[in-house]
Amino acid sequence: MNKEPFLRMSRRESIPLWKEALIYLAAILLALIACAGVIYALVQMNPIDVYKAIFDGALGSKRRIWITVRDMLTLLCIAVGLAPAFRMRFWNIGAEGQILVGGVAAAALMINLADKIPNVLLILLMFVAAAAAGIVWGLIPAFFKAYWKTNETLFTLMLNYVAMQVVTYCIIFWENPKGSNSVGIINQSTRAGWLPEVFGNDYFWNIVIVAVLTVSMFIYLRYSKGGYEVAVVGESERTARYAGINVKKVMLRTMAISGAICGIAGFIAVSGSGHTISTSTANGRGFTAIIVAWLARFNTFAMVLIAFGIVFMEKGAIQIASQYGLNESASDVLLGIILFFILGAEFFVRYKVELNHHKE
Amino acid sequence: MEQTYAIELQNITKRFGSVVANDKVSLSLRKGEILCVLGENGSGKTTLVNMISGIYYPEEGRITVDGREVKIRSPKDSFDLGIGMVHQHFKLVDILTAAENIILGLPGRQRLNMKQVNAEISALADKYGFELDPRQKIYEMSVSQKQTVEIVKMLYRGARILILDEPTAVLTPQEADRLFEVLRNMKKDGCSIILITHKLHEVLAVSDRVSILRKGHYIDTVDTADATVASLTEMMVGTKVDLNIDRPEPKNRVKRLELTDVTCTTKDGIHSLDHASLTVYGGEILGIAGIAGSGQKELLEAIAGLEPVTEGAITFYPDAEAESDAETADATVSTDAAEGKAPAVTSRQSESQNASKQNISNVSEKASGKNAETGSSLGAASGTKKNGAKGAKENAPVRIDNLDVAKIRSLGVRLAFVPEDRLGMGLVGSMDMTDNMMLRSYRRGHSEFLDRRTPGKLAAQVKDQLEIVTPSISAPVGRMSGGNVQKVLVGREIAQHPKVLMVAYPTRGIDINSSYTIYHLLNEQKERGIAVICVIEDLDVLMELCDRIAVLCGGQITGIVDGRTTKKDELGVLMTKRMVHGSNDPEKTGQPDVQAGTVPADRAGQQESKSDEFAANGSERTNLATEISRKGGSAQ
Repeated sequence: MNKEPFLRMSRRESIPLWKEALIYLAAILLALIACAGVIYALVQMNPIDVYKAIFDGALGSKRRIWITVRDMLTLLCIAVGLAPAFRMRFWNIGAEGQILVGGVAAAALMINLADKIPNVLLILLMFVAAAAAGIVWGLIPAFFKAYWKTNETLFTLMLNYVAMQVVTYCIIFWENPKGSNSVGIINQSTRAGWLPEVFGNDYFWNIVIVAVLTVSMFIYLRYSKGGYEVAVVGESERTARYAGINVKKVMLRTMAISGAICGIAGFIAVSGSGHTISTSTANGRGFTAIIVAWLARFNTFAMVLIAFGIVFMEKGAIQIASQYGLNESASDVLLGIILFFILGAEFFVRYKVELNHHKE
Repeated sequence: MEQTYAIELQNITKRFGSVVANDKVSLSLRKGEILCVLGENGSGKTTLVNMISGIYYPEEGRITVDGREVKIRSPKDSFDLGIGMVHQHFKLVDILTAAENIILGLPGRQRLNMKQVNAEISALADKYGFELDPRQKIYEMSVSQKQTVEIVKMLYRGARILILDEPTAVLTPQEADRLFEVLRNMKKDGCSIILITHKLHEVLAVSDRVSILRKGHYIDTVDTADATVASLTEMMVGTKVDLNIDRPEPKNRVKRLELTDVTCTTKDGIHSLDHASLTVYGGEILGIAGIAGSGQKELLEAIAGLEPVTEGAITFYPDAEAESDAETADATVSTDAAEGKAPAVTSRQSESQNASKQNISNVSEKASGKNAETGSSLGAASGTKKNGAKGAKENAPVRIDNLDVAKIRSLGVRLAFVPEDRLGMGLVGSMDMTDNMMLRSYRRGHSEFLDRRTPGKLAAQVKDQLEIVTPSISAPVGRMSGGNVQKVLVGREIAQHPKVLMVAYPTRGIDINSSYTIYHLLNEQKERGIAVICVIEDLDVLMELCDRIAVLCGGQITGIVDGRTTKKDELGVLMTKRMVHGSNDPEKTGQPDVQAGTVPADRAGQQESKSDEFAANGSERTNLATEISRKGGSAQ
């Protein structure tokens, strides 16, 4: 009975920005050290070379830079889509599914309407169809939650698998070449339905679409009445009802927006970067984007930085894996380590931990 | 070592982040005494005792129990030292019996002998004068019985030092007296008791000594015999405080709101509000008394449009007396314009179409109504519909039950509501003052974007007028102290120029000075002709502030009494006088008759303002008559 507790934790009331940045920086450094340790244990390589490889993998050549930017844009787009849902405390972990159905809708039009209608119209139709499919996929769980209070976490998660099966089903019809069990690059020769090159840049339109969405979402959440309603509902449904907000309506509207943007992310993945559709079109980015949205605390501009950081590390990890003869799972391990440290830093941002120095 | 203390705290310090909850507090509890720890909310009373009961661990200082220095790291350590704490929120398992709860978690043999346990518990209860049936399930118990279980639980576990955190907050005066009796018995038996409270009367009634805390600092310990209400308050607040609340005579009472047989039903089919009938007048303060959870929340929320009403009607009476239709319409507009509420007028006119529609839809709802009395009010409403057709829609009484908040607003019914749960309902804790100011009005204007300028100005104005302490109007309200949070909320609600102002527990958890600011604000609203309904748990305050007091028990209104003449005992009796369900049935059949008598009287009152007053008194008298007949009913 005479021992006293060793550590003491207390909630921080606020934290200066530089201190917060410092904590995250420390987390990234620690993550790098841990990664280096793991690599060293596996292949006995010099950690400095490892870091070089990471940088090289992400930004080593012009092509790599653009691939990093392209993947960052897709991730950012999904995170922007998730922001209003999470702001409303609607745990939408169904971005994967929303991306996939958006991608399927876009791919369907791309395959079936190519060369039948003008390319501009085709792309516009694909865009709208992808958003609409995302809306449907977002509205289903929102509707059930609004009217029957079902758990949206399980619901959205399960819809991911439904979406995956929808893709698998469609692939059977779209197989190219037959028997490959994949769609291959769609319209490779005609480039119909591909977001066109502008100024010699393949990703011009990706940048435009995502930039517009990012800025609009920022304005929507901060300055619009709808965004205000989302924040109030997220804080407390009772407060929302007290304020005269129609909670059901806000829930449906917000999930429609969230689903639409995730659907558009599917469109970008199909039309703007991959030019194909498969069950791995979303590739777990629907989950990674949750981390992006959450760490940025719904500030879409902060999401740009975080999305970049994550994609940077991801590309670096892939580079290490290939350079040192490890397989892809090794890069997943490294990414896992990095995310673990970044999320762990969140704790130190919110809480203060001190040693107990008891004065007698 | 002339005297060993049961517990002695020396220079205890506890911080939460940068907030110092207890700053070098020392306290000593003698053996066999009742020590009151007195202090305002936020003065660190609960934090201090939580360190004795092992929930928090102090950063600095020493704790000695029976002269031995100890480290209390967990509630179990605290138990082992013979310390038992009864928390404000009970920690009992509802579906178990009293005895099962009491032995829960105690070590013992595999095979339980409940008979023996029950007998032991009964013996213990008898010894101190508790009334307790060990076989009763917790969910069947009243709040005071649950508290008894908590206390007996501690005694059964061998606690010789008992800490009670605000035990009387949930009790009627009679129950509180009984509790004090038991505490005195325990004291005689050698137990030492720490009682946390901020009610001065209780301190004087039961304690031997009083320790006073203020803002985390230890102020002093005095013998109760030498203390007075005034001296204790001064120590608690730090300055002399005038403890009188004024109560201006109500002027120009006008009927504002009428509740007829309003019933709310929970999911389990229990009536949380049971045929409550009540008339509310502009220019007076109506108090609502009752034990916690007797339907106060449901009553206010039903009026505010937040709680569905399963039976009965809530009717709002707008301004102006209906003499001739055309004249009144003009009069309404001009008076409103004179008061400088032009926006309200336009919104009303634009919504008047809706208003009449609403009436119609209500009528159709009523037409499908279930019992005779709804039928009778159908007549009243269809009458107003005819009036409405002639153009005086603004004056027509409006049914507001089962409409949502936005709808009620769009009908031009200006209700302000300060809910009990300030940060969980009334305000958004993470938002700043400006954003909270627009919580109820952000929809204004056609733009899709928020207008933050008007609420910003309002925020600055409220901050100045109510002397709200905050670094800036853009700091999150959740970080403010309880008193300031409440001022933000009350300030916003009053700024809406309401016709009816409802406040629930307006001064709970608030320091004395802020409390008086709020009482003063309520009086100001009353003098402006606003109908004020307030739920307050402290009967002393209720009797000083309110013109009339309605008492709730088990969702029923068991009486409406005059705030100036009533006695605490009378309120206490009404607070526990729940009608047995068997004797309630013949009543229900009797009630429509009474109501049928009052409705025409009220309608007559609309035609002439003077007779309105009489009609009001009349309906009150009939309420009393109902009351008396109910009393008779329950006696049988």
